[in-house]
Amino acid sequence: MKDRPMVPRADFRSYYGRPIVRPAVWHHDIAAYLFTGGLAAGSAMLAAGGDATGRPALRRAGRVTALGALVASTYFLVNDLGRPERFHHMLRVAKPTSPMSMGTWILSGFGAFAGAAAVAEAAPLLPRPLGRLLGPVGTAGQYAAAVTAPALATYTAVLLADTATPSWHAAYPELPFVFAGSALASGAGVGLIAAPPRESAPARRMAVLGAAMELYGAHRVETSKGILSEPYTQGRPGKLLRAGRTLTALGTAGALLGRRSRVVSALSGAALLAASLATRFGIFEGGIASAEDPKYTVVPQRERLAQRQQQHKQG
Amino acid sequence: MAEAHPVGFQYVVEAKNRGAKIIHVDPRFTRTSALADEFVAVRAGADIAFLGGVINYILSNEKDFREYVVAYTNASMLVSEEFQDTEDLDGLFSGYDTELNVYDQTSWQYAGQRAEGQEEDEAHADRETASGLEQESHGPPIPADVPRDLTLRDPRCVYQILKRHYARYTPEVVEQVCGVPQDAFLSVCEAWTSNSGRERTTALVYSVGWTQHSVGVQYIRTGAIIQLLLGNMGRPGGGVMALRGHASIQGSTDIPTLFNLLPGYLPMPHHQQHETFRDWVDAIRNPEQKGFWANAEAYAVSLLKAYWGDAATEDNDWGYGWLPRLTGDHGTYQQVLDMIDGKIKGYFLLGQNPAVGSAHGKAQRLGMANLDWLVVRDLFMIESATFWKDGPEVATGEIIPAECRTEVFFMPAASHAEKEGTFTQTQRMLQWREKAVDPPGDCRSELWFFYHLGRRLRERLAGSTLDRDQGLLNLTWDYPLHGDEPSGEDVLREINGYTTADRELVPGFASLKADGSTACGCWIYSGVFKDGVNQAARRKPGREQDWVAREWGWAWPADRRTLYNRASADPEGRPWSERKKYVWWDPDKGEWTGYDVPDFEKNKPPSYRPPEGATGVAAISGDDAFIMQGDGKGWLYAPSGLIDGPLPTHYEPVESAVANPLYGQQANPTRKRYDRADNPMNPSQSAVYPYVFSTSRLTEHHTAGGMSRQLAYLSELQPEMFVEVSPQLAAERGLEHLGWATIVTARAAIEARVMVTDRLRPLRIDGRVVHQLWLPYHWGNEGLVTGDSANDLIGITLDPNVLIQESKVGTCDIRPGRRPTGPALIAFVNDYRKRADGSQ
Amino acid sequence: MGANSLYGPLDPAPDAGYVDAPPRMGFFTDTSVCIGCKACEVACKEWNGVPDDGFNLLGHSYDNTGGLSANSWRAVAFIEQPAVVPAGPVDALAEAAAGRSDALAEAGCGGAGTTREPEFLGMPGTDLPGRTPDAPRTDFRWLMMSNVCKHCTHAGCLDVCPTGALFRTEFGTVVVQEDVCNGCGYCIPACPYGVIDQRKDDGRAWKCTLCYDRIGDGLTPACAQACPTQSIQYGELDELRARAAERVEKLKDQGARLYGHDPDDGVGGDGAFFLLLDEPEVYGLPPDPIVATRDLPAMWKRAGLAGLAMAAAVAVSFLGGRR
Ligand code: SF4
Ligand code: SF4
Repeated sequence: MKDRPMVPRADFRSYYGRPIVRPAVWHHDIAAYLFTGGLAAGSAMLAAGGDATGRPALRRAGRVTALGALVASTYFLVNDLGRPERFHHMLRVAKPTSPMSMGTWILSGFGAFAGAAAVAEAAPLLPRPLGRLLGPVGTAGQYAAAVTAPALATYTAVLLADTATPSWHAAYPELPFVFAGSALASGAGVGLIAAPPRESAPARRMAVLGAAMELYGAHRVETSKGILSEPYTQGRPGKLLRAGRTLTALGTAGALLGRRSRVVSALSGAALLAASLATRFGIFEGGIASAEDPKYTVVPQRERLAQRQQQHKQG
Repeated sequence: MAEAHPVGFQYVVEAKNRGAKIIHVDPRFTRTSALADEFVAVRAGADIAFLGGVINYILSNEKDFREYVVAYTNASMLVSEEFQDTEDLDGLFSGYDTELNVYDQTSWQYAGQRAEGQEEDEAHADRETASGLEQESHGPPIPADVPRDLTLRDPRCVYQILKRHYARYTPEVVEQVCGVPQDAFLSVCEAWTSNSGRERTTALVYSVGWTQHSVGVQYIRTGAIIQLLLGNMGRPGGGVMALRGHASIQGSTDIPTLFNLLPGYLPMPHHQQHETFRDWVDAIRNPEQKGFWANAEAYAVSLLKAYWGDAATEDNDWGYGWLPRLTGDHGTYQQVLDMIDGKIKGYFLLGQNPAVGSAHGKAQRLGMANLDWLVVRDLFMIESATFWKDGPEVATGEIIPAECRTEVFFMPAASHAEKEGTFTQTQRMLQWREKAVDPPGDCRSELWFFYHLGRRLRERLAGSTLDRDQGLLNLTWDYPLHGDEPSGEDVLREINGYTTADRELVPGFASLKADGSTACGCWIYSGVFKDGVNQAARRKPGREQDWVAREWGWAWPADRRTLYNRASADPEGRPWSERKKYVWWDPDKGEWTGYDVPDFEKNKPPSYRPPEGATGVAAISGDDAFIMQGDGKGWLYAPSGLIDGPLPTHYEPVESAVANPLYGQQANPTRKRYDRADNPMNPSQSAVYPYVFSTSRLTEHHTAGGMSRQLAYLSELQPEMFVEVSPQLAAERGLEHLGWATIVTARAAIEARVMVTDRLRPLRIDGRVVHQLWLPYHWGNEGLVTGDSANDLIGITLDPNVLIQESKVGTCDIRPGRRPTGPALIAFVNDYRKRADGSQ
Repeated sequence: MGANSLYGPLDPAPDAGYVDAPPRMGFFTDTSVCIGCKACEVACKEWNGVPDDGFNLLGHSYDNTGGLSANSWRAVAFIEQPAVVPAGPVDALAEAAAGRSDALAEAGCGGAGTTREPEFLGMPGTDLPGRTPDAPRTDFRWLMMSNVCKHCTHAGCLDVCPTGALFRTEFGTVVVQEDVCNGCGYCIPACPYGVIDQRKDDGRAWKCTLCYDRIGDGLTPACAQACPTQSIQYGELDELRARAAERVEKLKDQGARLYGHDPDDGVGGDGAFFLLLDEPEVYGLPPDPIVATRDLPAMWKRAGLAGLAMAAAVAVSFLGGRR
């Protein structure tokens, strides 16, 4: 806050303390979707990596989790609609200015790819000709899904940031990193739970890298946004984010130190998954809290105005 | 005005945008104050002190429009030597009768006026029948030779009497009585006077809450005196305008729903005072008097011809015998008390909700619960139709639904958009309204209801030879039907008047005859169907005509937009100024001309002086601008007619927080009181009821709520009964914003949510702090949003001249929390009353 | 996309692809003449069939609507601003509270200059709006303002709507198509003014249409038609802006200022703009709104970067040493 030209105003005026911007009406479905979407992305990448490097357990777990997370995501998204029966109206347009529209198409593409990959896992159970056909389709789907996955993992950050919700919008430079890191960590968590120790090394590395990204991003969000960082540090969102951080640390430590123990690895994986979940809910609720208190709308905008006026005077 | 008349307020806003200064004087800061340049907080019930202060300011600074005052008002008339003022008698005028509590008005007359003036028993009867000032000509005739002093110096002339009477209403006294700081008061005086005179005029606009005081008529008289002194009457941009509480309240006195009047302000005959047709007519026209009332016989005969057609003949005095007679007070409050006493058996309520809207709600409901039958015609099931099963008295056990004898007939009514007809607004302008849609279901118009009620009654009584039935049987009831509904235009034609021989519409009231050759439903409305055209339906937009806009609607009398507009020219008939030019004498053509229809005989020159012994219209001199007055002058001083005195005097409200700082006489001595156990009044200056309250409306609701609490879009805007208190009072009584409070008077205790607001402020009155609180009166127990009724708090005390209740000011206590319920509520109120009586 | 499609001055209808678009229409709400009659609220609901908003006494002066919502497309704000005069020698209020009311009178209570700021007695909110030292005044004010959707040049709601339910009309206004909206709710946090809202029992998003079904027929929107004092003026935006400039000039010393009139502001100027008598936040308006989509390119860039980092992390994880 040292670059501020003036002492932030302690008081501010509002209309009977009522919110100025409207908090998102989304339910926890959307927070949950942030997690499942990231999980799907992370798992798909895990599957691709596993397949490419000959780690079938990672492949299988990744493919199946991706599909499961995808199905859950779709459920959450449709369920949150005010008019669920009209979910297909999302497909009327493709609109670059709407992260949700973009996300819909990303999710649809990803869904097709990840679906193909997951179904291919069932090839051995199917009659031969079909099964044989499925193999390559699944592989193709798996790689396509992995390529789409980063978009799936990060567009949700844009989705939140492209709003007037003060603390979401202010966090737009780092939010994609938080979400990308969180997606990686959750994918890695799946790997840790599912894979035997001999296959799990990449998952451990993925956990460390993901955690690093997530922690870095979250730290920036929680400290560098002036008053707009506040909602992420107080109340329930603050608790959730702190829990996420602790769980991430535990999970990462477990991943690194417990590499010989399947149990420790699995626990670490679970911790990483829980961490991702907590972080997503924390970010989600932090934004909502920032919209509910007019302070977070008025004070930064006032500062912005004051700054502009000063520049005007100087210029 | 913004609060209750937002649509009309647009013109105030427009004026403000053009540079007008808006001053708002009110007990509380309202939406009107929000737009005003200046807000002056005043104590409720102290308006005469305030306005009297303005009069004093005008007179002591000689700010009156002297030429106008000398020419057009009675300022120069000399008053009888017997007259004694409140100055001499500590708040009473000469002639007070302590037994009847009325005045013998003889001593108030002009010098040389006929000796026997209005005497006590006459004044008493006038009060009972609210007929003190029915016609301007009321009272003994005024001779043409009343001595005058045109220099206004004679100590007995009206001007000097006025000056003495108001001398004590100094700015200091205004501050002491009203709580208005002197500088704020003086700035009002300054603004009012500097905007009046030759070049400028000021309009005085009041809302009818002003009338709801035990001195209501005198409030308006005070305003009128100021407007006369400043030359603001009969001139464009001037006048005294009453903002009515509903559409067409003006219409409902023109063609009245009042017990004491017939259409066109003809009095309802009194069984003693008007035994014969001649008595009645002469009481109106005063044969020796000058002025236009002299033709009253033509108006009266034409009215009776309209009622009874061929059955009204000269031989039977035009059916005068069939008219009902007054025997005393039949006003709405007397009737309610009579209902309680079992003297009235049946009652019609038409678009009125007294259970919520009238003073002393409990008396209203108990009265109605003691009828045999009650007909309620309304848009919705209102409290006055359901009081017997849902009213507050059911909870307290005072009404037991199973035993309540009243049979209620509810008749669903058509709304204004579902029927045709006219509205008459405050400028006396009639505006025709088309029917937009058919009423739903069984809802019907008043016209339908009364036509068919009359038809059925006449069918029932057909062949009766009883005297009492003849009036009904002989009525002309021959309205052509369209479907089963008579046409409103046919009725308007009858109101306009026609010749009885060939049913030709008459062009105006000047064509009405006393020989039975014309019939007219309301003489002042005559001309509304001139040339066979519904003049009230004219709709030429203002931008397509001059600023007087005479082609929009129709104004009575004779389409005059401004009454007494002869006064807009000087005595010689020249406009007072180019800027305020309105009606003037054209010497070349020998006629009055101008933008409006001249309110004067067209060809009577300004120089005309009546010959000796002239009466009626011929006696009106060329400079008698106030042609309906017995002396042709605007009355600063009322030598007769007003029951409570010739000059407005400050009396405290009946329930007041303070002793009258001006006189020993505390309240209006002649007020109409009903001293009964079921109508207790708070003792004045009681520590038990220490606070002053006032009630009024919110923009969001309509009067007793029947038309607004039933509509979601309005109900949501003001969903709950509340009380406004100042932060100081809240602190004093421990009231919390949005918490509950109970407000108590000798009649009732009601509860309301608390609104703590700086819009109310304590005032310093006569050396002590007086807190005022304010209540809206829209709530009752029916509708989408319900709540206690503020009018339950109010007792019944009336203005003596017109029998309007004092419902805009009273005293009360307020305390935090909800009120008791059930029988405990009665005990709670009684306990207060006992304490108050005990501490006296 | 045109040069200023996301941000900056723009005529929105042609930008949206209308050829020969009619002039841009809008509202100028002049709060200095608003009398708080709420006719606008009622007229709007009558015309548009908007349901009632519940019967709740809010205690926000005379505002029981509580701002714009799916069920209130016009909402009148009421702000009571008491006189603020330096404290007198006698703490009249404390005295009055203690029952010694003479002190109150002594200090000139009810006079032109009241003693000191009255104690705040529980109006909700952080503080009574306007009651701050930076806006000292000697007169009591009761401000009223009829709020409405701003029909932004760059409308956040419209930008983010994923179904195309929100669209730009030929008049430059922003309208929701109720047969298309699926209630995804994205527009709601996207609006920098907190206008558009989801109707609870219906699921879809609703807001002012600037009476699209009236203005197409040359009629005035219901609220402007009903407003008795011309606080709400409807017309061609250019003309309204000129009128507003004159008006604000006239009312300068009353603290009048325009809000949302400037095409260079954060939303490219509002189609519905205001003349206010105090700071926007006092009325519940954001002091410096910026459409979030202004930063959309930067956001996608950051997301792309994060995505690449993610891919790199996966690559490193799998290729970084084979054990
Ligand atoms: S004010 Fe809000 S709802 Fe209205 S157009 Fe702008 S962004 Fe959309
Ligand atoms: S904007 Fe007009 S209609 Fe709305 S409350 Fe104000 S004055 Fe009334």
